[in-house]
Amino acid sequence: MKVGPLNIHVLPSTTYKTNTVFLHMRSPLTKETVTKRALLPYVLQSGTKDYPTRKEIRKELDDLYGATLNVDVSKKGEFHLMSFRMEVANEKFLSDDRPLFERALKLFASVLLSPKESDGAFDKSIVEGEKRTLKQKLASVYDDKMRYANKRLTEEMCEDEPFGLFVLGDSDDIPSIDEKNLFEYYKEVLNSDRLDLFIVGDVKEEELGPIMNKYFKEFSSIAERDQNTVPENNINKLDRKPREVIEEQEVQQGKLHIGYRTNVTYKDDDYFALQLFNGVFGGFSHSKLFINVREKASLAYYAASRVESHKGLLIVMSGIESKKFDDATKIIFEQMEAMKAGDFTEDDLEQTKAVFKNQLLETMDVPRGRIELEYHNQLSDKKRPIEEWIKEIDNVNKEDIVRVAGKVQLDTVYFLKGKEETNNG
Amino acid sequence: MDKVTFDQLQETLYHEELPNGLHVYILPKQGFNKTFATFTTKYGSIDNNFIPLGKEEATKVPDGIAHFLEHKLFEDEEGDVFQLFSKQGASANAFTSFTRTAYLFSSTMNIKQNLKTLLDFVQKPYFTDESVEKEKGIIEQEIRMYDDNPDWQNYFGLIRTMYETHPVKIDIAGTVESINKITKEMLYTCYETFYHPSNMVFFVVGNIDPEETMAIIKENQAGKKFSDQKEIQRFFETEKKEVHEKELVLPMNVNTGKCLVGFKDSNPILQGKDLLKHELSIQLLLEMMFGQSTENYQKLYDEGLIDDSFSFDYSGEQGFGFSVIGGDSDKPQQLAERIKSIVDSFEKTDLDENLMEGLRKKKIGYFLRSLNSPEYIANQFTRYRFNDMDLFDVIPVLETIKKEDLQTAFKEHFITETQMSRCLVTPKGA
Repeated sequence: MKVGPLNIHVLPSTTYKTNTVFLHMRSPLTKETVTKRALLPYVLQSGTKDYPTRKEIRKELDDLYGATLNVDVSKKGEFHLMSFRMEVANEKFLSDDRPLFERALKLFASVLLSPKESDGAFDKSIVEGEKRTLKQKLASVYDDKMRYANKRLTEEMCEDEPFGLFVLGDSDDIPSIDEKNLFEYYKEVLNSDRLDLFIVGDVKEEELGPIMNKYFKEFSSIAERDQNTVPENNINKLDRKPREVIEEQEVQQGKLHIGYRTNVTYKDDDYFALQLFNGVFGGFSHSKLFINVREKASLAYYAASRVESHKGLLIVMSGIESKKFDDATKIIFEQMEAMKAGDFTEDDLEQTKAVFKNQLLETMDVPRGRIELEYHNQLSDKKRPIEEWIKEIDNVNKEDIVRVAGKVQLDTVYFLKGKEETNNG
Repeated sequence: MDKVTFDQLQETLYHEELPNGLHVYILPKQGFNKTFATFTTKYGSIDNNFIPLGKEEATKVPDGIAHFLEHKLFEDEEGDVFQLFSKQGASANAFTSFTRTAYLFSSTMNIKQNLKTLLDFVQKPYFTDESVEKEKGIIEQEIRMYDDNPDWQNYFGLIRTMYETHPVKIDIAGTVESINKITKEMLYTCYETFYHPSNMVFFVVGNIDPEETMAIIKENQAGKKFSDQKEIQRFFETEKKEVHEKELVLPMNVNTGKCLVGFKDSNPILQGKDLLKHELSIQLLLEMMFGQSTENYQKLYDEGLIDDSFSFDYSGEQGFGFSVIGGDSDKPQQLAERIKSIVDSFEKTDLDENLMEGLRKKKIGYFLRSLNSPEYIANQFTRYRFNDMDLFDVIPVLETIKKEDLQTAFKEHFITETQMSRCLVTPKGA
């Protein structure tokens, strides 16, 4: 279903006690737009024509039996996503059976399409308030050391690539944003972002058509656009030598974050082999990292790895005593070498397949998880129906994993270590 | 097996108390891929002073031992229990709170085998001197991780301002010093005292057949022997009614300050429906004073005193209960003052019935949403059960709360002179 450029995906289900509406708006990550995009959804959820303050919007949500509205920004590969999510109770489970879903959609559309504005500008006090909040959020990234280390690793590793931009943008950009230029950018977004709206719940696609056309009719007059330009990914850095970045702070625990290039993304045939590689290496509590860094060497409470599917990165994370840097990196590198050498058993692989499949099925149990899985296919030229994933996982064999391991290259080792005087561990 | 049906919610709950005293609950959920099970003992970080099974005299154990025991149960004679669950396509985990230790798995396959594995590993302790020593390094890093976490420090700092003697003030994982005193023998003592089936609840939620599931659990339990256990004697030092100290400031390596304000229950003895009513009343009052749809929230936000991290909560158990209000703030001191004045001026206003109706709806909707989550159902049901409450009473009790109930709850709980304290995290050197 479509309304102009708005792609509507309906996922009917009677499993939940709620109905969910989820919109992803996406465009390539750029230095010029990253901070505006980090601000825009928060401005939109703070006042509309019909509900001019945050308080009025929240009051309407309360009246909708505690419907929730959340906005968020995220990175997927070299894309920057603004997301809006609303979840509302299904009235069939309430003693009061007045319909809630359509009223919720009306509010959702109001937030998206009818912001509080005058003379081609947002409300000044709303924009100033959200600028202040964004500034504080950016400053407090430093306070969460795991998040900080992750941000620093990405910045160092991808310094010349859009992916190196921080998802919330840059504090230095904030002063130049005002209610006027942000509104101009908002108009631009409606005319150029890729828009995917997902609906999960006890709904029928044929009944939704008229409602969608009613509340999102503004889109019908907006031109269709080039739907799926996937930015050029993975600047080839094969010639770059691995780097080590060490930073000191007053912390009780050192944060060791190691970035690898996988040279495999969602569009590649080796994608599931990469996922299983990650599972054997560090994705789970039976993985090599957990067993060797934590269980055998008692060096850490957590030691794990994860994959960035659309950028082709593998990130290892572990919290260790600052003076154990050499011990921990040695063990982690040994595990990577073991993977490359095929030093794991068929049993390890079967176990990983079982857990990975289980994780996928569990993700599908959550409305948001189902949407995220479906959305992979909107992010890439490659289309893989979710139903086929399990089969593809089963088809991966040991040779596939060793081949993928061969493509994985160390890029950057980042270590946030404690200063000597505080390092009393 | 008993069966209770909740028509409006379209849920059916099955229950049976087994001969060994274990309470088993089963909630079938159609349409879900996964099955989620928890095996929980009514034993947490506060239970550090008790009479061990078969002994006459009370003993005091090191801080953090319940959590240490949780870690160590995952080790079996044959090896690591995580591995076993993985082989069976399940992911396992556990957590320790003030009053509970829960072991859990979630899985979409081999449910029967995974249920047995959960029952068996929790009911078969295996500790060696060597493995206990080894765990100390791991837990030390867990403690260090929390040492660097300003939100955690802020939260426990606040609890320490409220409580002088009650063990709720002890950090759940203990300290590096206290965990180093833990021995294999102490772990067995705690295990034998608190892991008797009569002190535990087993909860399964998922796409399962209740009769078949109950039969598996019964068969497993019938094959094991347990000695009879009398009621466990636990001791808590008398805690004074009012807060221990009014303010604690923690300078930390952070950019942004944090402020939490707490209100301490002066007489935390409620259980059952009374506790449920108290808890829901306090939560409604918090919504009325600080919810996002209030004038107060809008003002605090517009003045730049709060951001999206601002939140509030109440938690109550036998022996302690408190609300927590706050979040990140550039001006934590000023935010604490404002929270106080909002509470003070609320006392003078009349409770708005319309507002109350709106918030009641909101709470009902939130409850409904949380029933999408098997994790929430299992964990929350068990917590309620240990306090003689019933999760499925939430909506009926919410519907009976009157204006007068809120007035009473407000008078008892939100006493700024004696029951309120604050903990602030401030940037070091600023």
